[in-house]
Amino acid sequence: MKVITITSAGKKETVDSGFAERVQQKSGKELRQCYHCLKCSAGCPLTFAMDWTPNQIIRMVQLGLEKRVLSSSTIWLCASCETCSTRCPNEVDLPAIMDTLKEMAIRNDMRSEQTVIQVFHRVFLNCLREYGRLHELSLLLSLKLLTLNLFEDMMLGVKMFAKGKINPLPTRIENVRQLDLIFKIFGESKRSRT
Amino acid sequence: MKLSYFPGCSLDGTAKEYGLSTRAICERLGLELIEVPDWNCCGASSGHSTNFLLGHALAARNLILAEQQGLDLVVACAACFSRFKKTNIVLKENAELNRKMEGIMGIPYTGGFEIRHLLDVICNTIGLETIREKVVNPLKNLKLVPYYGCVIVRPQELTQFDDEEQPKAMDNLTEAIGAECLPWSEKTDCCGASLSLTRVDIVKKLARDIVDMGKEAGAQAIITACPLCQANLDMRYGEDGLPVFYFTELLGLALGIDGNTWLERHMTDPMPLLTSLKLVRGGGDE
Repeated sequence: MKVITITSAGKKETVDSGFAERVQQKSGKELRQCYHCLKCSAGCPLTFAMDWTPNQIIRMVQLGLEKRVLSSSTIWLCASCETCSTRCPNEVDLPAIMDTLKEMAIRNDMRSEQTVIQVFHRVFLNCLREYGRLHELSLLLSLKLLTLNLFEDMMLGVKMFAKGKINPLPTRIENVRQLDLIFKIFGESKRSRT
Repeated sequence: MKLSYFPGCSLDGTAKEYGLSTRAICERLGLELIEVPDWNCCGASSGHSTNFLLGHALAARNLILAEQQGLDLVVACAACFSRFKKTNIVLKENAELNRKMEGIMGIPYTGGFEIRHLLDVICNTIGLETIREKVVNPLKNLKLVPYYGCVIVRPQELTQFDDEEQPKAMDNLTEAIGAECLPWSEKTDCCGASLSLTRVDIVKKLARDIVDMGKEAGAQAIITACPLCQANLDMRYGEDGLPVFYFTELLGLALGIDGNTWLERHMTDPMPLLTSLKLVRGGGDE
């Protein structure tokens, strides 16, 4: 493994030749097979919102551009729809690799422009740790408070409540001991630095 | 026929109409659903997105509980279905995770049962012949486009019941209940899933693209088999969208089950369409 610093477009950037290997080991998925045919990026329904196309992410992993990858929006915008992995001629499991990159980004405390999505995942898992099941109202309220986005969807929320689509109270599973053990042993990806 | 049943969080919340109609049609078709006792959230999508082991452990608890029932497992939510299929493989391959889960649960996991989506069970176990025989209220003149979304059919080696690019199960079911199934281009396109709560702008665009193509194809409504697909198309299009049904709701109507308790929960009211085609009682010009 070798780490060097390069200058790209006037900016200094670290290249880590061990990054691809670490991503492969952690995800258990082969990514060196990717020869950039762009099938994944052509079929991806979210490229219009991404900063890098899916195959560009794979290329940057191959090149060792760890920081650029882990601070990208793309890894957070991947909806795991599996269109890419279904069509890949070399069976590169991009959604699984995107999940690994998200996990690495959290562990390395990497920020991206998709803060709201990162907060969403944290709030979602906090809800599961508390109740064992998703309680949509708790999730929505926490998300709205933490992202200071109180009014978006308010009317939609009122209508959903009226239609009986939102349970006012959460349901907690009975075997809280097993739930506690699962979170204790496998734990949430805690930020390494706070 | 008895099946172990995992409802999942959505079917008790935002997708209550899917949960209610699932139970009603299964009862009518002689499928006895035994709910997995004390089930927990499968972890989709925040679990697998941010912590590989935690994601699989959350799903694994449900699989271990389900295996104890000694029945095949049926799942109606696309995300839960996909996660269980994946975790089943990981539990068999990852001895350490399997051992740790056995330590937590006190029960080993062998995975000696099938995990199936409800759409697969209805189309391939109950069978379209039986359904045709039981239809008492054929949904005549109802023009539908079938929307499969992502992980019910993708990837095929995992889901194992339909073609991943040109699925047919819901097309055939649509015709079996007397409705018209129209060809269109968005069958397996993604609705943006859980981005609905964080990037509303993205999901609005995706929902508009999909529903607009449905309109262009000449559809009066969309038929789905996933809680997130239904929610996003139903809620994120805005005014003058198309009604978006779960396949269980329309199957229920065709089987003559009173669907008011679920049909009234839609955001885009389907009643004007259904009454104009005389597919439900009340309202209209009957």
